[in-house]
Amino acid sequence: MFREPAFLFMMILFPVVLTIAFGTSFGAVGGPQPTTYNLAVVDLGAAGSTTPSHQFAQAIEATGVMKVQYFSDNGTAQSALSQGRVQGVLLLPAPFDASVGSFRSFPGEPGMWVNTTVSLYLDRGSLLSAQVIPSVVGQTLQYSVFGVRAASPAVPVAVTSPALVRVQSSSMFAVFAPGLFAFASIYMIMMVAQSYAGERESGLLSRIATTPATSAEVILGSVVSYLAIGLVQASLVFACVYALGYHPVADLAGTAMGFLIVAVFAACNIGFGLVTAAIARTAGAATGISFLFLMPQLFLGTFVGTALSSTAQTAGRFVPAYYVTDALTSLFTRGAAATSQAVLTDLAVVSASSLVVLLLGVQAFRRFMRP
Amino acid sequence: MQREIAAAADAVVIENLTKVYAEVRAIDGLSVSIHESEVFGLLGPNGAGKSTTINCLTGLTKPTGGTVRVCGLDSAAEGSKVREVLGVSPQETAVYPYLTGRENVMLFGALYSVPRKELDARVDRVIEKVGLIDEAGRRAGKYSGGMKRRVSIAMALVHDPRVVLLDEPTVGMDPQSRRAVWDFVAELRDGGKTVVLTTHYMEEAEELCDRVGIIDHGRLIALGSPAELRARYGARDLEDVFIQLTGRRIREGS
Repeated sequence: MFREPAFLFMMILFPVVLTIAFGTSFGAVGGPQPTTYNLAVVDLGAAGSTTPSHQFAQAIEATGVMKVQYFSDNGTAQSALSQGRVQGVLLLPAPFDASVGSFRSFPGEPGMWVNTTVSLYLDRGSLLSAQVIPSVVGQTLQYSVFGVRAASPAVPVAVTSPALVRVQSSSMFAVFAPGLFAFASIYMIMMVAQSYAGERESGLLSRIATTPATSAEVILGSVVSYLAIGLVQASLVFACVYALGYHPVADLAGTAMGFLIVAVFAACNIGFGLVTAAIARTAGAATGISFLFLMPQLFLGTFVGTALSSTAQTAGRFVPAYYVTDALTSLFTRGAAATSQAVLTDLAVVSASSLVVLLLGVQAFRRFMRP
Repeated sequence: MQREIAAAADAVVIENLTKVYAEVRAIDGLSVSIHESEVFGLLGPNGAGKSTTINCLTGLTKPTGGTVRVCGLDSAAEGSKVREVLGVSPQETAVYPYLTGRENVMLFGALYSVPRKELDARVDRVIEKVGLIDEAGRRAGKYSGGMKRRVSIAMALVHDPRVVLLDEPTVGMDPQSRRAVWDFVAELRDGGKTVVLTTHYMEEAEELCDRVGIIDHGRLIALGSPAELRARYGARDLEDVFIQLTGRRIREGS
């Protein structure tokens, strides 16, 4: 048994790949998860480095938990939030400086205060930031701006989170749900590999090669079939996540774009499956070898964002599944437009990867189809 | 070694066919012409080059040298057209186990571009011919070995080919099933088809074949009808012919 490649793979390579994949995903290799969040600040008041609003932003950054990015208007900041470039948007209204000034002038006289409200918009796709950011912003406002140490002091500025209602209903499942679409599609690698290796083993592929059907016709027919299977899988996942409480906020165009990306990704997995079947001599060996392509995508490309260590996030950028999950998170969780730059970039990367891998798989298929 | 002059009505013409794998010459200068409407047998022990010859005929294997013409078409240059006139039943009974016998035959009818409106009738006809009418609706994975081989033959015939290649058509069959296949092959010949079959069963070659080519180590070492070969070598049967030519027996399978 020690001469059989499939046995050697399962005995030696598989545990190594599995351990490394888990380690990089959950921080054993490459360090812990990042704890710095990007906060967009939109100051609708007067500009100036000595204004209370500027001091507030500086104090937030000084906590070391957040990195502040200044935006000139709320629209641009909201766009950055929807595309995942920031985890929150802090909107400081024009009267903010006057409100702080009124408190400092009349600390014990609420009747003399100028009351105002600061809006904090949060990323629904990041559960941790949705819990951390409001807390840090609130405490920084209390201690650094107003210098108040009491447990529930009265101050003229209130912090509201217009998006908090939806954040409160999200769960860890909502964070992982976009990755499940890619997760389901990735196993197509094994399905395709087993099927073709098995047909080759049984002599069916050779038999088909004796018919007038060209290899192009056979390949196209099977690619179309597996693409249809991929769409069925995506539909089933969509139905299940919806039933389990994850309700994508994408409009019709966004939903269609999501399914398009999953379909393109299915083509990539078909290609990996064909490559695997070309390498494997038997269906059993194909099952084992398919994990070489399957595992990196599963662990590095399905649960992106703050759930992974920085090393894993970097490594994830080399697997197509990463871009699928990123696009679906933007579309289904953040409500990004179907034609937003981030989504189109993800689609372009997945498309290019799929084209290359599928062409490689087709070449390999043609070679191993004959005896 | 005899070398035939190709006749105008030859279905298959093989000239100086050679196939080399690494340092092994699987086929070594094979030349033979197979006439239309004859049953031609390629007889030889395992590893003689019979299946490799069939693979070269079908285009599955690219010859190292020589030419193969089927119904006047060059197998190398016009492979797609050659495959339209060929029906192949390979040595492995390659059928889809989760499709019924009928569905397997229909699938290959589609691969051979049999017109849809004719396909059902052709499938019925060919399934009846191979004696699988009662079992056609069962999944092929549940068939016995003999039944699988019969549906394999049906898959090779659904498009009404001019030349039928049967690679070891009765291996693993019981005597009754084997006799049924022999009768069926004779019917094909009587219906005007050219049948090329490979076998290592002497009695099969003697019973079925109009002419036999004995092949050993990739070379054609004898050619003629069974009666001619027995007379030429003063042998009782083709096994004796083989022994006289090679000094060895053809080891028969079970």
